[in-house]
Amino acid sequence: MNEMARLQKRRLALYGWMLAAPALALMSLFAFYPAIATFWHSLFSRGTSRRPSVFTGFENYGDLFADPTFWTVATNNLIYAGVTIPVSIIFALVMALWANAHIPARSFVRSAYFTPTILPMIAAANLWLFFYTPDLGVIDQITGFFGASPTNWLGQPETALASVIIVTIWKEAGFFMIFYLAALQTIPPDLREAARIEGAGRWTYTRRVLLPLLMPTTIFVFVNAMINSVKLIDHLFILTKGGPNNASKLILYWIWEMAFAYFDSPHAAAMTILVLLALGLVAVAQFRLVEKRTHYR
Amino acid sequence: MTSQPPFIRISSVSRVFNGGNGVHDLSLDIPRGSFVVLLGPSGCGKSTTLRLIAGLEIADHGTIEIDGKDVTSAPPSKRSLSMVFQSYALFPHLSVAENIVFGLKVRKTKKDEIKTRLADALRVTGLEGYEDRKPAQLSGGQRQRVALARAIVAGHPLCLMDEPLSNLDAKLRHAVRKDIRDLQQRLGITVVYVTHDQTEAMSMADIVILMKDGRIEQIGNPADLYLKPATAFAAGFVGSPPMTLIPANALPTSVIPDGFDANNLTFGIRPEDLILSTGQNDHPWGIPATVTGSEFLGAETFLFVAIPGTDGATARLPGRVEISPGTEVSLSWVGAAAHWFDGEHGHRLTPTVPGTSAQDTKITSQPDTATSTL
Repeated sequence: MNEMARLQKRRLALYGWMLAAPALALMSLFAFYPAIATFWHSLFSRGTSRRPSVFTGFENYGDLFADPTFWTVATNNLIYAGVTIPVSIIFALVMALWANAHIPARSFVRSAYFTPTILPMIAAANLWLFFYTPDLGVIDQITGFFGASPTNWLGQPETALASVIIVTIWKEAGFFMIFYLAALQTIPPDLREAARIEGAGRWTYTRRVLLPLLMPTTIFVFVNAMINSVKLIDHLFILTKGGPNNASKLILYWIWEMAFAYFDSPHAAAMTILVLLALGLVAVAQFRLVEKRTHYR
Repeated sequence: MTSQPPFIRISSVSRVFNGGNGVHDLSLDIPRGSFVVLLGPSGCGKSTTLRLIAGLEIADHGTIEIDGKDVTSAPPSKRSLSMVFQSYALFPHLSVAENIVFGLKVRKTKKDEIKTRLADALRVTGLEGYEDRKPAQLSGGQRQRVALARAIVAGHPLCLMDEPLSNLDAKLRHAVRKDIRDLQQRLGITVVYVTHDQTEAMSMADIVILMKDGRIEQIGNPADLYLKPATAFAAGFVGSPPMTLIPANALPTSVIPDGFDANNLTFGIRPEDLILSTGQNDHPWGIPATVTGSEFLGAETFLFVAIPGTDGATARLPGRVEISPGTEVSLSWVGAAAHWFDGEHGHRLTPTVPGTSAQDTKITSQPDTATSTL
């Protein structure tokens, strides 16, 4: 090979590394290193002044599996994810289709849908705390009007998790709608017209053209919703604090509790690693399964 | 045109948009099996007319009949027609075959019929072997053929085309033009074709409908449009390079036909009808002009000349002609080649007794010297 060409190639490789370096350094410092450190930390026992921490292998993980709270929290989080993800995606899609149609006051509808997203989660939770207040809250006022007796929505194990789920959907659907709205606007109106000429009705068009074309957005929204179902716990602090009797406790809230309320950082670290592992597996499965069936433009 | 009732009848249809664009009181008959081109500049309402026929727009007033049925408010799917879009509007997530049979599947056609129809459409459009490709993996010309295949696969008697060639390069455009025309004649379908390109209109159409500002300017076969433009607009729009249009008061009074008012008159001349002479006094009359430039195109040369008091004129001369810019020339023409239009309204004026006015005899007796001497 020509000497100049080889030099050129090497220089390009160097440029590549130079461009990647800042992100790589920051990622290592703030993502990779903490993950590895957490894993290492989870292999040691909790140290006190009298008993220094010792290497215990996977004993912390065994403790977690033996703890009934672990199973409650994991089940809660599965229900939480299983409901919030599909429901908020469907709401977002329906809202986007509506806000994208030629309706009067379109921009008002759009901003109305988006308002919950702008609100900080803590503020939103306080708002909903008022809605859920037994007897005085908006919900009980409405149900009371029809003769129902007051319900302590957040205070009883049967309804606490459902109440938290509703707040999350309310908060997320508007955010996801924006992505669908953006995607809908990139779909040329010609396709709709071509489908109409070919005799496709609204439903056929939606099912055979619109939804497949929105698939990349759906995947993106799905990944976000999944991350949020693990990550978004701000409202728990205001609404239920995980109670009553762990009925609305989610994994991340439990980890926070272990680490900062009970100061049991090794178990918290072990739980964190389990969450990372689970999320990693889901991500891989997702990309394997869905990627193949999705058309990217 | 024929004794048969028209295939499409549009009766005083209006569709006006907020900006005032659209079509105004349009009436139009399209015979069965014809190739009709809606021609006009952008914003003239030709696409709206097509969309009204398709059912993608609903008329504010008037009625539209297709094949004897009133379809004014029928949805597109009930009009048994197909359409080729400017953007082709292919479904990007579907393969070529799925795109073509989309409509058949929607209408729940039987499986084996879909199969034979698909095979036919692929063969006719030369797309065999591309069935499984996605539109993104095709060239522009191939995508265009997929759109055509989708339009013909259902066997509808009417096909609407909205500038289907505007995304192709010039060479391909020429070939596809011929293909579309052949296809239309082979299948015996009626085609309504929208374009702003007068070359396409002239080369493909049985009937050209020239539109401007939502109204019909002229209907006729291509020769009519070229040889007898009904208005100054038609004269300027059809033909390349376009007809030279200059106000008649820039001309010597001797060339104005009797009975015409030179102050309210536009004179038009096709570039090939302009006669140029460089020699002095070899012509009894002539309009003095200065050559400003030329374009050599192989078989012919366009010469651009400036005439005082006008926007200038273009002359088309056969073969290669070399005249340097700045040369003084004299312009003349054979009397019958001149077109006269009303200066204000633009409609065509015919000299009262053509061929008998003084200038005409003078001009016709003059030998065509310019091209031979140059």
